[in-house]
Amino acid sequence: MKYLLDFKLSETRPTQAGDAMLVLEPLDKEKGAAALAEARPGQFVNIQVLQSHGTFLRRPISICDADAEQGLLFLYVKDAGAATHCLCNAREGDVFSILLPLGNGFSFDETYSDALLIAGGVGIAPMLLLAKKMNEAGLSPSMLIGAVNKDRLILTEELSSVGNLYISTDDGTSGEKGFVSQHSVLCRDWKHILCCGPLPMMKGIAAIAKERGIDCQVSLENVMACGLGACLCCVEDTADKGNVCVCKEGPVFNINRLKW
Amino acid sequence: MVDLSIDLGKGLRLANPVMTASGTFGYGLEFADVVDLNRLGAIIVKGTTLNPRQGNPYPRMAETPSGMLNAVGLQNKGVDYFISEIYPKIKDLESPLIVNVSGSQPEDYAEVCRRLSSLERVKAVEINISCPNVKQGGMAFGTTCSGAEKVTSAARESWDRHLIVKLSPNVTDITEIARAVEATGADSVSLVNTFLGMAIDVERRRPVLSTVTGGLSGPCIRPIAVRMVWQTAKSVKIPVIGLGGIMDGRDALEFLMAGASAVEIGTANFVNPSATEDVIDEISEYCNRHGIESLSELRI
Ligand SMILES: Cc1cc2nc3c(=O)[nH]c(=O)nc-3n(C[C@H](O)[C@H](O)[C@H](O)COP(=O)(O)OP(=O)(O)OC[C@H]3O[C@@H](n4cnc5c(N)ncnc54)[C@H](O)[C@@H]3O)c2cc1C
Ligand SMILES: Cc1cc2nc3c(=O)[nH]c(=O)nc-3n(C[C@H](O)[C@H](O)[C@H](O)COP(=O)(O)O)c2cc1C
Ligand code: FES
Repeated sequence: MKYLLDFKLSETRPTQAGDAMLVLEPLDKEKGAAALAEARPGQFVNIQVLQSHGTFLRRPISICDADAEQGLLFLYVKDAGAATHCLCNAREGDVFSILLPLGNGFSFDETYSDALLIAGGVGIAPMLLLAKKMNEAGLSPSMLIGAVNKDRLILTEELSSVGNLYISTDDGTSGEKGFVSQHSVLCRDWKHILCCGPLPMMKGIAAIAKERGIDCQVSLENVMACGLGACLCCVEDTADKGNVCVCKEGPVFNINRLKW
Repeated sequence: MVDLSIDLGKGLRLANPVMTASGTFGYGLEFADVVDLNRLGAIIVKGTTLNPRQGNPYPRMAETPSGMLNAVGLQNKGVDYFISEIYPKIKDLESPLIVNVSGSQPEDYAEVCRRLSSLERVKAVEINISCPNVKQGGMAFGTTCSGAEKVTSAARESWDRHLIVKLSPNVTDITEIARAVEATGADSVSLVNTFLGMAIDVERRRPVLSTVTGGLSGPCIRPIAVRMVWQTAKSVKIPVIGLGGIMDGRDALEFLMAGASAVEIGTANFVNPSATEDVIDEISEYCNRHGIESLSELRI
């Protein structure tokens, strides 16, 4: 079930330069709790940013965390343009219309004990809910996150509390020096990789997974309008079905469906 | 209380004048969680062609000031798939169903209409004449009177229920095309389809869309669409259905005042997924506030 609900910004948690963790509360507590309870890791919301005057369409943002009991939605937003800038600088009490939860998230079950979660940049955001849900399934996930330098690493504390965190930075200021695709933890015998990050990073990881026969899921960030599978703007060309909507069949895809 | 119902003729009766614009509302089901589909005046589904179409390569969308460009390219699984897989899921809705029909030659339109004839709940077809005519070097049927007539008469021969012809605004005089399709048997005209536009990614020095140009929609086109509806309503006798950038009830009223008998909501569905229902409520609220009992009183 998808919900169209108003959420009030209750808090903006400061992070590194410009980024923000938005903590949002549904105005309709009951429906909000239902929507949050349904949220699966890798799913996203489509948020209207009326405060940004030049922004016409809603913006897709991954669900970073969803706490149905407390009735809180967490979105991690990187200032990438007009709409995200307004989100990062929104005031407490500002109200946003949010359509959620959208798309299909990551798939895993209790057998995923040898799965590695790999993320980079703002792609780290959905990994928090993923790791938490894996915890609930009795798993302690291993996670590898990467950034340009130590100041650009995000959510390290939160992630460390829900699994084993490995880090790589391009300049070596934290963890191993280099890209995530060069990190030594990748050499272990993984059965599954669940990945979200910039396209070149995901393609690099997908190539490694393919070569070593590791099952691999990636989360795509195609430009979207409706988020509901109605406009067909967000398509990805798949091996099995041709053009499919990333917003509805994705954003998470198994790499064997992609023409990468 | 205002009576919002409207009879567009030939069996197309709407409980209210608010329909969904093709290609912006899927098959209705995509919006079922956030819109009461049974409340809509009619549901106009995605453009349907004789054979399945993959559409254009990604990227297909560019956000523009107060609107968007799209180059979806009529991606759909073909009329037979619609009949066997989609129709059974939507046939029990209370709102009349209208299928938007596209093709690359007049015979395709005729064949799609013929196959749809077996579907009782499809109360009308909306013929999209903005499609490129493959036989005439890809120029859209809808940009010449003769092209528009050919498609309209081909569809007319195989469809005896209500026939809407959806006009392209990419013409010098839209009333000329409207009169041509009226004379060829259209029961109503809907306008406008998207305006041809283009956007360039300045940083990368390349067009944003894979197809270079695409169709512009949204509130940025509304004043032109209202003008075209106004001109067309004065020059044909058949009902005119207005659309182009309607975001709310106020915008819809503009079209009804300009002479439209009904309206379609398109791009607004992406911005406000419950736009259709909101427009119905806002029209009704306006009419009650102004003591208007029937929609025909709105026309200026
Ligand atoms: C499924 C999905 C999940 C995402 N999750 C997050 C997240 O958790 N946190 C986060 O900060 N960002 C996320 N993004 C990216 C975010 O949607 C874009 O950064 C945002 O739309 C940019 O809008 P803007 O107005 O700030 O910038 P703009 O100036 O409009 O664009 C900046 C960049 O964002 C891309 N973009 C613009 N509009 C869209 C759109 N409608 N859909 C997709 N991409 C667009 C553009 O291609 C451009 O590269 C996600 C995107 C998708 C598709
Ligand atoms: C993504 C998208 C897909 C569309 N697909 C179709 C289509 O298949 N057939 C058609 O006749 N019009 C199609 N249209 C045009 C709309 O139905 C409508 O005529 C146009 O968008 C103007 O109205 P609006 O500004 O309210 O959106 C499409 C528009 C959009 C934005
Ligand atoms: S964003 Fe509209 S179909 Fe995916």
